[in-house]
Amino acid sequence: MKENAVLEMKGICKSFPGVRALQNVDFTLCKGEIHALMGENGAGKSTLIKVLTGVYSKDEGEVFIEGHNGAIAIRSPQEAQNVGISTVYQEITLCPNLTVAENMYIGRTKGVLQNWKKMNAKAEKILRDLDIPATATQQLGNYSIAIQQMVAIARAVDMNCKVLILDEPTSSLDENEVNKLFGLMRNLKKEGVGIIFVTHFLDQVYEVCDKITVLRDGQLVGEYEIENLPRIQLVSKMLGKDMDDTSDIRGDVEIYDDKGAEPVFEGEGLVSNAGIKPFDFYIKKGEVNGFTGLLGSGRSECVRAIFGADKVTGGKVKMHGKSVKISKPIHAMKNKIAYLPEDRKGDGIVGDLSVRDNIVLAYQVLKGFFKPLSKSQAYKFADEYIKLLDIKTASADTPIKSLSGGNQQKVIVARWLLTHPEYLILDEPTRGIDVGTKVDIQKLVLKLASEGMSVTFISSETDEMLRTCSRLVVMRDRKVVGELTGDDLNQNMVMKTIAGGGE
Amino acid sequence: MGKSKKTLTDTALLLTITILTFVVMYACAMIFLGQSFLTFNGFFDMLNNKSTLLIVSCGLSIVMISGGIDISVGGVIALVGMCCAIYLKDFGGNPYTAILIALGIGIAFGIVQGFIVAYLGIQPFIVTLAGMFFARGMTTIISSDHLNVSDVESFKKIFEAKIIIPGLGFVNNNGVYVDAFLKIGVVVSLLIVVLLFFMLKYTKVGRNLYAVGGNAQSALMLGINVTRTRFYSHLMCSTLAGIAGYIYFITFGSGSGDNALGYEMDAIASSIIGGTLLTGGVGNIFGTMFGVFSLHTIQTIVASAGLGDPWWTGITRASMLCLFLVIQSVILAVRKHAKA
Amino acid sequence: MKSAKATLLKIVSNQMFIPIVAILILTIVNLIGDPSFFAISYGENSEGAWLFSGNPVNIIDNGTSLAMLAIGMTLVTAASGGQDISVGAAMAIAAGVIIKMVSGELTVSSDYASPLIVALLVALLASMLCGLFNGVLVSFLKIQPMVATLVLYTAGRSIAGWITGNLSYKFSAPSFKAFGHTLPGIPIPTPIIISVVCFILIALVLKFTTLGLYVQSVGINENSARLNGLNPIAIKLASYVILGVCVCVAGFVTVTRTGTFISSTFAKDIEMDAILAVALGGNALSGGKFNIASSVIGAYVIQYLKTTLNAFGVEAVALPAYKALVIIALVIISSPSAREWFVNKWRMIMPKSKNTAKEVA
Repeated sequence: MKENAVLEMKGICKSFPGVRALQNVDFTLCKGEIHALMGENGAGKSTLIKVLTGVYSKDEGEVFIEGHNGAIAIRSPQEAQNVGISTVYQEITLCPNLTVAENMYIGRTKGVLQNWKKMNAKAEKILRDLDIPATATQQLGNYSIAIQQMVAIARAVDMNCKVLILDEPTSSLDENEVNKLFGLMRNLKKEGVGIIFVTHFLDQVYEVCDKITVLRDGQLVGEYEIENLPRIQLVSKMLGKDMDDTSDIRGDVEIYDDKGAEPVFEGEGLVSNAGIKPFDFYIKKGEVNGFTGLLGSGRSECVRAIFGADKVTGGKVKMHGKSVKISKPIHAMKNKIAYLPEDRKGDGIVGDLSVRDNIVLAYQVLKGFFKPLSKSQAYKFADEYIKLLDIKTASADTPIKSLSGGNQQKVIVARWLLTHPEYLILDEPTRGIDVGTKVDIQKLVLKLASEGMSVTFISSETDEMLRTCSRLVVMRDRKVVGELTGDDLNQNMVMKTIAGGGE
Repeated sequence: MGKSKKTLTDTALLLTITILTFVVMYACAMIFLGQSFLTFNGFFDMLNNKSTLLIVSCGLSIVMISGGIDISVGGVIALVGMCCAIYLKDFGGNPYTAILIALGIGIAFGIVQGFIVAYLGIQPFIVTLAGMFFARGMTTIISSDHLNVSDVESFKKIFEAKIIIPGLGFVNNNGVYVDAFLKIGVVVSLLIVVLLFFMLKYTKVGRNLYAVGGNAQSALMLGINVTRTRFYSHLMCSTLAGIAGYIYFITFGSGSGDNALGYEMDAIASSIIGGTLLTGGVGNIFGTMFGVFSLHTIQTIVASAGLGDPWWTGITRASMLCLFLVIQSVILAVRKHAKA
Repeated sequence: MKSAKATLLKIVSNQMFIPIVAILILTIVNLIGDPSFFAISYGENSEGAWLFSGNPVNIIDNGTSLAMLAIGMTLVTAASGGQDISVGAAMAIAAGVIIKMVSGELTVSSDYASPLIVALLVALLASMLCGLFNGVLVSFLKIQPMVATLVLYTAGRSIAGWITGNLSYKFSAPSFKAFGHTLPGIPIPTPIIISVVCFILIALVLKFTTLGLYVQSVGINENSARLNGLNPIAIKLASYVILGVCVCVAGFVTVTRTGTFISSTFAKDIEMDAILAVALGGNALSGGKFNIASSVIGAYVIQYLKTTLNAFGVEAVALPAYKALVIIALVIISSPSAREWFVNKWRMIMPKSKNTAKEVA
């Protein structure tokens, strides 16, 4: 083992039926370093982590841990914990029905009995030390996702681990919480813990990490010191090609000029049961606009209210100047509105169904219960859009759940394009998907707009929105606080408006 | 964000509702119906009659808390009763050693069913359904008769054993003092309730059951051996069914393929009324006990209120179950809504 | 070689694999035991009607009510991710209504007190109401199906007892029993005809409506289905009401077969067989994708097994024990781990083929 290394993985191989997920991957983690593990979706990051945490068993290769002689075998998450590897996953992997304290201690107490008093007191102390606003004896399910995430980290911190794995922990946290998490990570680093940090946010990598290991297609690309790897190189290493300049994706498309165009959709005083303040909103033909704001500012809730995804409790809606009623998704669909939801897995895909069924679903619902598409028609539509959007799938009959995140997202886009909407809402279409697909989707948005479709585009990466939108609606605390167009469309102005108040 | 205000856990909330309902129901019965509700004998009768059901309900609660289901328990009770009866009648066996037969059958069912469910990953409903078919079928294969063993000499002592509680009896209409008594089964069942309560709350295995029922995937990630926990839950449930079978046997003194018919559903209903959710992760053994009592009490109340036709039993029990389901569903929905 | 393995995998993982293998095994067992099991004869029965008889006919005849239930149960399972355990009780209610209406005040009679069609319509209404009740608990109150239907399971036979005053009925009008046996001049048992009509109906429904896609979407991802304009509550309700219709047909066939009715024993434990049929058909009991034909075959497998055991001289009371062993054997064979094991063994026996067909993951 290398000097100072706390973890070394050598020649790791892992195959799934039909896929070689990891091929001969090496990975070294030193004491007191924060090490980013980067790669596109399907590059093998999560497989590597799951091998390390004993969720998957490796086919070949060796794992060494400081303090253990020779290669060790990790056969279950339990064994991983025992050798000092703790993991915090992107999705909360705690039990909502247990108390906060129990979630911090279950699965790692010694002996048969549980000493509640001691456990609660210890948990309370850690929560206070880490400044986490939770009570040890409360049921975990009563807290927000962000707090649950922090409890998961508290659990990992308390395990005196040598290796802490953070698998996209920041995707559900707001800026404040992210900063708090980074503070925590730096403290642990000082104590000599090796941290593996997986994230899609490049900014965050350059903010806290020391080293970067890049994977691509299940193979190791290389390990780099952070100062030796500028962003643009990192991206090109992840993609395996020189990235075409995303800042110029507009290409020849002209800047949108809304003079004279009639609004397609107008909403007045819209409000839903998801807890947003009433807001007014309109979009014109061929316009691309967006909602921006911090996570939890209500941007998703706004578009959900437009589509009727949440229960609409008030407001007036006009399509092409005519009053209509939209209180359920089907009403919106009949008015030629389409909505790609934020939560792809939970609200978007129908996992076990084929790509074909997923593509025709919305169109079929609009067509009606007694008018099913024939099989050949459905195949025709599916093949058309698989080609159009370059969806990588074995066939139209493949279950959608076996596609990668980016391709799943494209299928959902195809589903809505098939309904030929006049107004398309895309809520975080680029979250959690690889850089290449991100660019594809942004280009597609601009192309659709140039063909006369109105698009609302939401992304948590502001530069994506600045590149695609001609008007931004800014939100704070579930309220619309501003609207930016023209020269105001720049990073500074957006930040300022989000932060609120004139400096 | 963080509230420091103390709110009840789901388990505690549902338990409170169950106990309150039982107390109110029993109090109303005492005030408006009187009769047996006013004597200890009436209450003890309930305990004596329901000790078997109480034990299997506890077993069911454990499986349900871990997110599973077991519908073989009624069959296991019948099989145990039949084997014990044959053992006593045809082999001249000792009623005390018969408990080993009961335990053996229970544990065997637990191991087989637990193994298939936990290690082979087959739906517990199907596995225990097969278990039920097998147990009932075996019972009738062994003997299709109704074997009465209450006349077997060695059995009489245990069959007729009563624990008389002095001073709690009552004087009946003829002026005769009737003793208040408990049967052995009651002691066993109450002991089991207390034991299981502590097991679920203060031991690792107990908490693991809740974790696995709450979210099996998370439990795995938290380092809990989910497979083994599931196996334990089935092992415990079937073992308890074996014990229940023995208690049933010494309470009613018979072996028959029709013994304990429908106990699995009664046990599930009791657990649900006691605040155990079939989705797993929520439940309490004391709640289950009150669930058994409530189900019995409502039947007695309906019968005492003059609705004597046999069909009223089923209809009232179903209504009560329905009422509890609706209350639980509404309360949990309201809580979820309040959080969001 | 590659294609051989791929084909094998395809066969093994096909939904129909298990029920068809079960049929094959049972057939082989019977062929070895007694080939005359399969004899079909055409002759006159004791009542002087010409008809086909023999075990194969009996299996399809006697499996009718189970096959009917399997249709509805598959839909309910797919849409709501759970099973309806009240179907036996609901059948008792439907049959109780029919027998009470045709018999009137007499417990033993052969004259219609009210026309059969009226009785049938009222029974249909009753069983659809039962389905609706379950559906409301499941879809509006979001109670797990097994628990929700436990209510009607507990109450159903009592309700049937209340309808019939807990009396045992015998109704022996020839035109009534014809539905359970044979219609004059037709050599095929009526239940078979009824079941064929039902299969055609459900096939037409699946072909000419989008029911299949809707039910699967709701069963797999309810949120997603809602955001695509579907109404999950309505679809779940519909699946339970359709099951109600199936229950009525099953109850009708069963009650006309014997012409007798006792609420406590009528169609006892049939719900377990119906669920089993769905599972044997390879449908996930947790809902989602479904295949009705597969479930129906599963139902006939159960009946086939019963008849086979009968032919081997197993007593009716001992049937459940054997059934249990067969179920366990079948579910273990069909479990994912067993299939994997099977495919791996095959790979070891067959010479290694270069299999690098990379799927898009």
